[in-house]
Amino acid sequence: MSVTAEAPKRKASDYISDVKPVWCPGCGDYHVLLSLSRALAQMELEPENIAVVSGIGCSSRIPAYTNCYGFHGVHGRALPLAAGLKVARPELTVLVMSGDGDGFSIGGNHFLHACRRNVDLTYVVMDNRVYGLTKGQPSPTTEPDWDSALSPGGTGLRPFHPLVIALASGANFVARCFSGDVNGTARVLIEAIRHPGFSFVEILSPCVTFRPDEKQWKTLVHPAPVDPTDDPARAARRIMTDDGFNTGILYRGNRSPYRAPAASEPQDPGVLERKFVI
Amino acid sequence: MTEETKAAKNPVEDMATMLAYAHRIEVEAAERYAILADQMEIANNTELAALFRKMEKVEGKHADHIIEKAGPEGIPQFGPLDYRWEEGEGPETLDLTDIHYKMTAWHALQLALAAEKRAYTFFARLAKEAYDKDVQALAREFAEEEEEHIEFVMKEIKKYSAPEAGWDEDLDPPNHPD
Repeated sequence: MSVTAEAPKRKASDYISDVKPVWCPGCGDYHVLLSLSRALAQMELEPENIAVVSGIGCSSRIPAYTNCYGFHGVHGRALPLAAGLKVARPELTVLVMSGDGDGFSIGGNHFLHACRRNVDLTYVVMDNRVYGLTKGQPSPTTEPDWDSALSPGGTGLRPFHPLVIALASGANFVARCFSGDVNGTARVLIEAIRHPGFSFVEILSPCVTFRPDEKQWKTLVHPAPVDPTDDPARAARRIMTDDGFNTGILYRGNRSPYRAPAASEPQDPGVLERKFVI
Repeated sequence: MTEETKAAKNPVEDMATMLAYAHRIEVEAAERYAILADQMEIANNTELAALFRKMEKVEGKHADHIIEKAGPEGIPQFGPLDYRWEEGEGPETLDLTDIHYKMTAWHALQLALAAEKRAYTFFARLAKEAYDKDVQALAREFAEEEEEHIEFVMKEIKKYSAPEAGWDEDLDPPNHPD
């Protein structure tokens, strides 16, 4: 027997902090943390060169559970924070982690414009179709007929369709994953991080406490039957007509990412300040 | 059948890879039990936290046993996504989605039993289908060990009775503030 394989530089556990998650047992977000740590280990990225930025919500706790730099920001405002960081420090790998309430309701406007700007970020939304942190209110992606104590008879509202909106707004990479497929999700995350520009990954992540019906998702998800396309119109048609449980990379565009114009000379803050003196 | 599925059906072609897979199965299972123990501590389900912690130690010992078996040459280390599993993760790894904060030891042991059976199936198939005779022999040995684990878990299950319907009902489910 000979051992020839070179040991990887990093283990997945190197990316997980000592802070114990306080998600409910069974929450899909545990899986997402595992997927993220495996993706980063497989890519052998240095934790100090990664920034994990989040807003507010159950899923947005995730920066504390990683060993990377983290920023637990304002509700719905993770994307502008992350865009600023990436523009200022383009050498960093910037990951934005959010949930469906934070990302599509409170942060809905930022989502549109982050897609449009196409800064080289990876935006991961753990979509459980409910506000779990505040005990079960319907979110933008909740089905109109979801009947609960807090929404008797359902909201009757048409759900937000994040993947199509991302495409229409200019996202350069669009994928859907299921949290229970830990290694499959990790592989998609690697592709998303490597792809230049704004990459959007929706992860169906069950809330077993307030949406126990979502435990069925693991029997409903299936790999998308077609290869990713670089045609946004075709991708949009496919996504609009699928059953909502197609997983995998659905769109891989080729727009050039936003690059901040290089400063002609070093910007001295004192010089900048003088421009604003009254 | 895709190339990936084919590879996952027979990922082990030599003794070093065999030991790496066997070790990874036990390490991944131990890590998963550790996560479950942490979850149950947070949820204040102390009985299950203790059970999962015990299972973590048991799987850790199995992993150490494989390191001993490898001897001075050691076990090759691969990246976490270099392993090819037919069902997404290692066969002995519990699915976190199956967990509930009010679950009982009976439920937990049922999940552990299913995990041990998956591990048995993995090694039993390798014992039949691996190309290398030495790999076949080692896989047979591991399959026999998994059979012992299955018997052990089945005995443990007999100590508990199945909970009544509605065990998971909670009119005011908790959330866990920081």
